[in-house]
Amino acid sequence: MPQVTSDGRTLINFILNGKPASGQAEPRMLLSDFLRQVAGLTEVHVGCEHGICGACTLRIDGEPARSCLTFAVQIEGRRVDTVQSLLGPRGELNDLQAAFRKHHSLQCGYCTTGILMSATAFLEKNPNPGEEEIRDMLSGHICRCTGYVGMVRAIKEVVASRSAKSKVPA
Amino acid sequence: MKQEAHIGKFVGRPMERVEDAPLLAGQALFCDSLPTRPGVLHAAILRSPHAQAEILSIDTAEALRQPGVVAVLTGKEIKEDSDPFLIVLRKPMDQWSLAIDRVRFVGESVAVVVAKDRYVAEDALDYIKVAYKPLPAVIDAREAAKEGAPLVHPACGSNVVSERHFSYGDPDKAFAEADKVVELTIDYPRNSQTPLEGYVVMADYRQEDKVYDVVSNFQGPFTVHPVMSKALRVKGPQLRMRSPAYSGGGFGIKQAMFPYVVLMCIASKRVGRPVKWVEDRLEHLTAAIAAPNRVIRARAACKKDGKVTAFRFEQLDDYGAYLRPPMPGPLYRQHGIMTGGYDVKNMTITNRLVMTNKTPSGMVRGFGGPQIYYGLERLMQRVAVELGLDPLDVIRKNLIPAGSFPYRACAGALVESGDYQTAVAMAIRDGKLDELKARREKARAEGRLYGIGYAVVVEPAQSNMGYLSTINTVEERRKAGPKGGNVAYATVAVDPLGGVSVTADSLPQGQGHATVLSQVVADELGIDAADIVCNMERDTQRDPWSIATGNYSSRFSSATAVSALHAARKVRAKMARIAAHVLGVPAERIGFAEGKVFCIEDPEKSLRFSRVAGTAHWSPSELPPGMEPGMTEIGVWSAPEIEPPNDADQINTSLTYGFVFDICGLEVDRDTGKIRIDRYITTHDSGVLLNPLLANGQIYGGFGWGVGAALSEQFVYGEDGSFLSGTFSDYLCPTACEVPEPQILHMETPSPLTPLGAKGIGEGSVMSTPVCIANAFADATGIKDVKLPLNPWKVAALIQGEEPPRPKGQAAPARARTSGKGLQGEGSAFVPATPEQVWATLINPEKLAQVIPGCSKLEAVGPNSYRAELSLGVGAVRGRFEARITLSNLKAPKSGVISGGLQGPLGSSEGVGNITLEAVSGGTQLNYDYGFDISGKVAAVGGRMLDGTARVIMKQFFERLASLTEGRAVAAAAPPPASWWKRLLKALGIAR
Ligand code: FES
Ligand code: FES
Repeated sequence: MPQVTSDGRTLINFILNGKPASGQAEPRMLLSDFLRQVAGLTEVHVGCEHGICGACTLRIDGEPARSCLTFAVQIEGRRVDTVQSLLGPRGELNDLQAAFRKHHSLQCGYCTTGILMSATAFLEKNPNPGEEEIRDMLSGHICRCTGYVGMVRAIKEVVASRSAKSKVPA
Repeated sequence: MKQEAHIGKFVGRPMERVEDAPLLAGQALFCDSLPTRPGVLHAAILRSPHAQAEILSIDTAEALRQPGVVAVLTGKEIKEDSDPFLIVLRKPMDQWSLAIDRVRFVGESVAVVVAKDRYVAEDALDYIKVAYKPLPAVIDAREAAKEGAPLVHPACGSNVVSERHFSYGDPDKAFAEADKVVELTIDYPRNSQTPLEGYVVMADYRQEDKVYDVVSNFQGPFTVHPVMSKALRVKGPQLRMRSPAYSGGGFGIKQAMFPYVVLMCIASKRVGRPVKWVEDRLEHLTAAIAAPNRVIRARAACKKDGKVTAFRFEQLDDYGAYLRPPMPGPLYRQHGIMTGGYDVKNMTITNRLVMTNKTPSGMVRGFGGPQIYYGLERLMQRVAVELGLDPLDVIRKNLIPAGSFPYRACAGALVESGDYQTAVAMAIRDGKLDELKARREKARAEGRLYGIGYAVVVEPAQSNMGYLSTINTVEERRKAGPKGGNVAYATVAVDPLGGVSVTADSLPQGQGHATVLSQVVADELGIDAADIVCNMERDTQRDPWSIATGNYSSRFSSATAVSALHAARKVRAKMARIAAHVLGVPAERIGFAEGKVFCIEDPEKSLRFSRVAGTAHWSPSELPPGMEPGMTEIGVWSAPEIEPPNDADQINTSLTYGFVFDICGLEVDRDTGKIRIDRYITTHDSGVLLNPLLANGQIYGGFGWGVGAALSEQFVYGEDGSFLSGTFSDYLCPTACEVPEPQILHMETPSPLTPLGAKGIGEGSVMSTPVCIANAFADATGIKDVKLPLNPWKVAALIQGEEPPRPKGQAAPARARTSGKGLQGEGSAFVPATPEQVWATLINPEKLAQVIPGCSKLEAVGPNSYRAELSLGVGAVRGRFEARITLSNLKAPKSGVISGGLQGPLGSSEGVGNITLEAVSGGTQLNYDYGFDISGKVAAVGGRMLDGTARVIMKQFFERLASLTEGRAVAAAAPPPASWWKRLLKALGIAR
């Protein structure tokens, strides 16, 4: 049963990037606002608040989701992963993030955290996509700075290196 | 063609960005994530639903009563606390941070609510009651320029608020002697690169020292700092503008947030607490700014062989409702180079500046360039077509000849260097134009529509701050004093342990300035770029700044990077003197490398970099005699070549001029009208590339937006001025599926005018791409009048002709998004009662109240005229409306007219409907038709849903009418057989 405070807010318990987290939100509070304003996350960016731009994308129980189209109360008991979940134990960038840097896949970087979440989930499901599939996945996001070239290259490179690694027996 | 001479250890290399790690880890702080002072309040803005209206009254009492609301400000308070913004023209067209007495565009700020959080503030907007008297609006630039058009600023007496004629060389002679005059008129649409992050302003008025302390993602230029401080009636230092190091894109657009800065400053002063405002997407698309739409009538005087001897350009540039500084920059920023890449010595230009009831125009990447080159390069393509020549031959015949640099263009630009012929030849060769032509032949042989387009652009960078004075006559300029230059600042500091930090005045928004500054400074000081810390935040109370400070006109590589070079050279000179003093060698013989300062002839004689720096901090007494202690240097740079306009109205509008040559091959799908860019080659000579990785990023990004501008992006207005592009599903930004990867080719002809040899690279592709695509489209289809954006429905209409009329009896879907006329529809319903019974229900106010969907209150205000309160929804938005309803032409029990209007925070609507009653067996057949205009938020966000919603509401109306007349449950009424259209609506879930 969700706990409701006297001012109408609900206590939400969830798993944030692998660790238990909680916070209070009114029923109408958007998940994007909740994570930014209550949970203090800086990586959730808001670009349109109507589900088109993809900047606010994160993963809920592994599935990419628009946090601007999700209410905070909907994540009760669920797992939420942001771009922090990609970092290594000492905060190192993972291979996808590093490839984004190498191929200048970001300029302002406002769209990037959302794109990394979609791309991560996509590559888990589809480890060997062709360029067309990669572009199709990226089309769920708007980037106003880069023309998408660097992102496509970075993802292709990660696909190649991950599949090379998976072929070499450890 | 990489010239090794320009490569340093870091400069010229594709170094990865120092900015990226925090961004990729999600730790970079964008403005909305910056800490705020405790007690911060949040603002929401009420905006005009009308394109032009008088504000009769504003009632804020109910909004103020809402729990959590602290204040509501209207134009009255703004007038008390501020002055109107300064504008470039001396014209009575005041603009304030909130509308005063009159609104002039949909989305104009009318009131601001300050509350404990943003949710509460936004809710409270619904309780502000504004009484408007709508006035005729003018939307189209040509219409607005006509005699008798509704006036946007009546005190100006005309919507054309500036008109200037310019003549260079002897154009009349050239036109008289021409073999042929080629003419074309183009309409460049309204668009904007729309950064993904909107405006953020936090304002904190400090009573104790009367300082407005503002943190925002404003991008400059700081020419508007005095505009803001004057509006706030304070001295410059009392308006402290701070900005974070990270900004979610700008593209010029974050210049135009200054009215909001002033608004939040006043709000903070009024409530005595900090106030924060974060713009949302609807607000941004509706009310931020757009690039001016422009009409250009372009003419070329030609010789038979394709040589152009003169141009005439008549430009009508649409600035929307207000002329916000630095407008009308887009009309003048490239004035000196209106001849583009061509050696044409004769030209006339007529510049007219027109006001309309649209969102004010402002700075958008390209800053007039996409418009100018759309006119010029479409014209050059037409010259070829009309003379029966190859467009590429016409281009080559007219290019500024190699070897004629520095070249003084007839309107005053000093094009300092280049080799256009070589660049074009490289594009043809490395871009494999032959192959492209073969693809065209093959496609055409198969009956497909395939075309090749070209575009030549001269890319200006680092604007002459005096270019805008070209709008004034020579006499006016003499009076006002000369304006020119572009002053850039950077600092380089070395701390006691040898740590190097850099600050600069470029306010980056994703361009990677910190990376390039590290490269420049590292090479000067012989240290590792990775060891340099660049702080790109700005604070006008602490950092050096000039009116030119900011991120615009591609000024970074030719201005700010040079000021950093100067600062680094000062540090280097000082450190060399210290080292020379210690090592006992002349300072000229001191070298810097690998973190060491050494004697060039005898590298054994060396000191650690940190040691030399430390001396300046720890032991000033050991410094060479006369030397100031400390190790912080300011670099300042303004090139002497950017002078004020001369008395012949010639002006060197920018410092550097790069060159862009594009080739596009595309195919148009005959069935769907969809354009597929097959290949795109873009060739750039931007002088020395300081970081090729980032340079390419600018090209890819500019190209991406160019594709959007060419194929899908446009701010659409209804004829009544309603704004119809309020979401990202109406304003269509291209995605990875629409933007192909272009092939980039580089040439590097250094600029002799900048110490690093670099020119700008941020804007060339946004100028070249739209017109290159249009030229390819024209080549594919043979169409002369190509209007952007070339979205599929428009292209289909162009290549297939108009659609055949619909079969009779099927209502046309309302074309709200394109005609802007609002919604029209017709239909019929069956009521199992006599016409007399139905009529009785219709004219009974109590029953009518129940018949109208969402009606909570209806009171008679006169015979057959009512005032009602309704709650209606479109898609996800639902709002309260006040309605006026009048029944007229009543012919009982046969027919009548229902007319009236709706007004509410979500928008307003005016409409009329006809209804006829006809006795049929078992009841009454009601036939109706309706038409209404919609404006405000509903029109902006709900365009795609309005038609369905209107039908649902109509259906509900007649269902209730039937139910109330009969006194039976709605579901029991026997409906007439469902039409195919209704079945479709049902299938789509729109109707039940
Ligand atoms: S902010 Fe969520 S999709 Fe744009
Ligand atoms: S990098 Fe700026 S929006 Fe993608």
